[in-house]
Amino acid sequence: SKEEKQRLRKEKKQQKKSKEKKDDKESHVSSAPPAVPAPVSNSVPASEVAVATEKPTKSKAELKAERRARQEAERATKQTKKGEPGQQGATGKPKAPPSELQPGMVKRLSEHVQVDDPDVLKKLAKKLERQQIPLRSDYGYKVSLFSHLHQYSRKAPPTQQLSIPSTVIHPAIVRLGLQYSQGIVAGSNARSVALLHAFKQVIRDYTTPPNEELSRDLIKKCLFYYMNLFPLKKFVFFLINVTYRVFFNTIIFLIFPASAKKKRFAKSKLLTSIEWYIKEKIILAATAIAHSSIEKISDGDVILVYGCSSLVNNILCEAYDKQRKFRVIVVDSRPRLEGREALRRLVQKGISCTYVLISAVSYILPEVSKVFLGAHALLANGYVMSRVGTSQIALVAKAFNVPVLVCCETYKFCERVQTDSFVSNELDDPDDLIVTRKGKTQLAGWQQVASLGLLNLVYDVTPPDFVDLVITDLGMIPCTSVPVVLRVKNVDQ
Amino acid sequence: MELQAVLMAAGGGSRMTDLTYNTPKAMLPVGNKPLIWYPLNLLERVGFEEVIVITTKEVQKMMSMDPKIKVEVKMKLDVVCIQEDGDMGTADALRHIQQKIKTDILVVSCDLITDVALHEVVDLFRAHNATLAMLMSKAHEFTETVPGQKGKKKTAEQRDFVGVDQSGQRLLFMANEADLEDGLSLRKSVIRKHPRMHIRTGLVDAHLYCLKKAVVDFLSENKSISSIRGELLPYLVRKQFSKTSPLNSEGEAAKFLFLMLLCVIRTFMVRAQELSCWNDHRGDMSEAYHGGKLRCYVHILEQGLCCRVNTLAAYIEANRLAPKLFEEPAVHPSSVISERCQMGSDSIIGALCQVADKTSIKRSTIGNSTTVKEKVKIANSIIMHGVTIEEGCNIQGSVICSNAVIGRGADLKYCLVGSGQWIEPEAERTNEVIVGTDQLMEI
Repeated sequence: SKEEKQRLRKEKKQQKKSKEKKDDKESHVSSAPPAVPAPVSNSVPASEVAVATEKPTKSKAELKAERRARQEAERATKQTKKGEPGQQGATGKPKAPPSELQPGMVKRLSEHVQVDDPDVLKKLAKKLERQQIPLRSDYGYKVSLFSHLHQYSRKAPPTQQLSIPSTVIHPAIVRLGLQYSQGIVAGSNARSVALLHAFKQVIRDYTTPPNEELSRDLIKKCLFYYMNLFPLKKFVFFLINVTYRVFFNTIIFLIFPASAKKKRFAKSKLLTSIEWYIKEKIILAATAIAHSSIEKISDGDVILVYGCSSLVNNILCEAYDKQRKFRVIVVDSRPRLEGREALRRLVQKGISCTYVLISAVSYILPEVSKVFLGAHALLANGYVMSRVGTSQIALVAKAFNVPVLVCCETYKFCERVQTDSFVSNELDDPDDLIVTRKGKTQLAGWQQVASLGLLNLVYDVTPPDFVDLVITDLGMIPCTSVPVVLRVKNVDQ
Repeated sequence: MELQAVLMAAGGGSRMTDLTYNTPKAMLPVGNKPLIWYPLNLLERVGFEEVIVITTKEVQKMMSMDPKIKVEVKMKLDVVCIQEDGDMGTADALRHIQQKIKTDILVVSCDLITDVALHEVVDLFRAHNATLAMLMSKAHEFTETVPGQKGKKKTAEQRDFVGVDQSGQRLLFMANEADLEDGLSLRKSVIRKHPRMHIRTGLVDAHLYCLKKAVVDFLSENKSISSIRGELLPYLVRKQFSKTSPLNSEGEAAKFLFLMLLCVIRTFMVRAQELSCWNDHRGDMSEAYHGGKLRCYVHILEQGLCCRVNTLAAYIEANRLAPKLFEEPAVHPSSVISERCQMGSDSIIGALCQVADKTSIKRSTIGNSTTVKEKVKIANSIIMHGVTIEEGCNIQGSVICSNAVIGRGADLKYCLVGSGQWIEPEAERTNEVIVGTDQLMEI
């Protein structure tokens, strides 16, 4: 009938449009570069647009939002190809970037890592080559369950193929990548701070090329550096979240007041906003969290901590300063043995500590009254992503009915959803697992043994059932309230 | 910009005067390429686009005329000339070019031939925010007989004692045997902080240093330091563990404090370091790097070629090894080699050479524009440019400098023939250094 025909015609139009949009997207959502998480692609458009919506283009954005939502739905149904990495998770946010930022210019990064797909790898190699970034090759045999992730060796540093006075990539970024890969800057807060400061350096040294606009070119450059960091550094996805929020909120804010005077101050504004972000979201948040956690620490407590979390160490040191009487049990695990550093800091302060390895956790738990854990990120479904081993501790603690408190700043909250530790994780250098005792290295020839694979995971996710409380700078919330916080934050922005 | 390269090419080659009295050290041919070409090539391969070359006017003139440098080196060379006879040490040279230095520098010596992956040294410099990062290599024994050497090789040529920590990267101690009177004394503060120290003696300093810009500024204030290797490095290594107490003598402390202030520790690095759960050592209660701001690192090359051509033996060794670095044809296309010449596979013949029949060339390097007549046997030798070798000569294990003429029937074993010399026909020399009389007068 006529209506049917009309409907069909409409659908065809829509399909055409969505196809165009899809092609457009795929040109810049090019396939699975290594270790790029959702928030990258999500928050780029999200924050771009989020800020755009502050400005008078609100209604347009809303319309675009509806259209985009429809396209997402259609694309979801059309998806047949395995690991279509170009997919962007459906977000409720309007994705249309402000008119000044052409999406084609900005190379977006995909959320899924898909290393075992050769097409994906080829595309990635081509993309990196275009940008003159050397491709870092994987090392060693990968356990099949994790073969979709990258595995790099520490002996093949990312700077091997870079030119030494690195001109393509800003030297601060190269230094950052190097420090990440060698583990000199380790721990989520440290990495965030280092990343933000490296970008401050980049901005300071940045000069607008003559034909470009400050904001557009700067964003292009920053995204370029992000892309560089992925082969260089390890997978720290929420950091991207962090910096995108900082950057694009401010950069895009500066686009619209396009007067020349404002542009001159644009750089300094950017720098101060980054400073402000660090001060408020990391340092002050730590103070706030320490303040609230001290109420949870009572005299005579035996507190269990795992690994080295700067936040938890801070809390314990503050509590000690406030004359609380407690003792700490530091649980450590190979191969990183980060607990030694935590132990050193606590003992230096004067806190009495016990040190065990994770294999002894179930023996020591009957003594413990509380467990304090740090987090790398808090996912939208309430799962806690943290150092590998955390979920074990939480599980055993639950079995012993010991309360588990996770301390996490709100900037680590992430819109991502993950229920297992396989989908996206990080594989560290497998040679770290090899140990030499008394001159003998048992696993020295592990590569020759065909049926042997070494797996060195870095992160794991802890389900919210094991976590009793999350202490954030906004207060103490249950694990399942994370999406609420995220929603509130986004509304604020 | 991250690093500026500085190439020190003003050295006189004081330990091989026989070779250098006519040709400056930087232009000595090694494998038919001027010596200075090797570090320039290294820098270019790694990605440098500009190099500041500190040299003498003579070398600059020769460099501008040399085809290899003009054509193959694509980098921009900023040549700074200094007086040859002036007693300028390497640190003085840095002071001289202080205006040009805008960022951290990479100092290379012109006599370094190496295939090291330079990023290893620079990575140490970057990752640990070091004040100094240098390259050292295991010394190899020279197996070739050196012409003119009377008797066995002099042993114990002023050894260097280098102390590194357990990881083999942090430089804790550096002293030359000449500076130590009767024993090696280690400071207690060093031992307390690094209880396990490896002291190595068989290392060769490659004279490749990454220095912070603050060090150059420090040099401009502190005019008493004139040599990088001899004075600046031991000073920096010592000052790593120095207490910054103002109770010491005024001048010393002031200078040191100045250096510390210049090593601007960016606050963000400190903050990131505080939050990071990394420590470079364990076993004591101190933070990473023991809170020290001055750090010196060394990369020790265990395998690979790294040789400094500053003695005759090293020169010969370099000629042996350098051609292996590059995949270049052994015989230059422009030279004329007769078919009845027996040429070994590890010999190199330069451009515009003429090699006649019935010659045998084994394990030798023949320079450009050299003429080799019939029935000549050359083995294990280095023949530089423009040499004429008449018929029937037998040259073994010798070094013939440029423009020399070897008369017919001469038999040279382990000799060094100076530049422009003429060896009379039917001469038989063994283990001699044949140089001009005017050179002999120079002391």
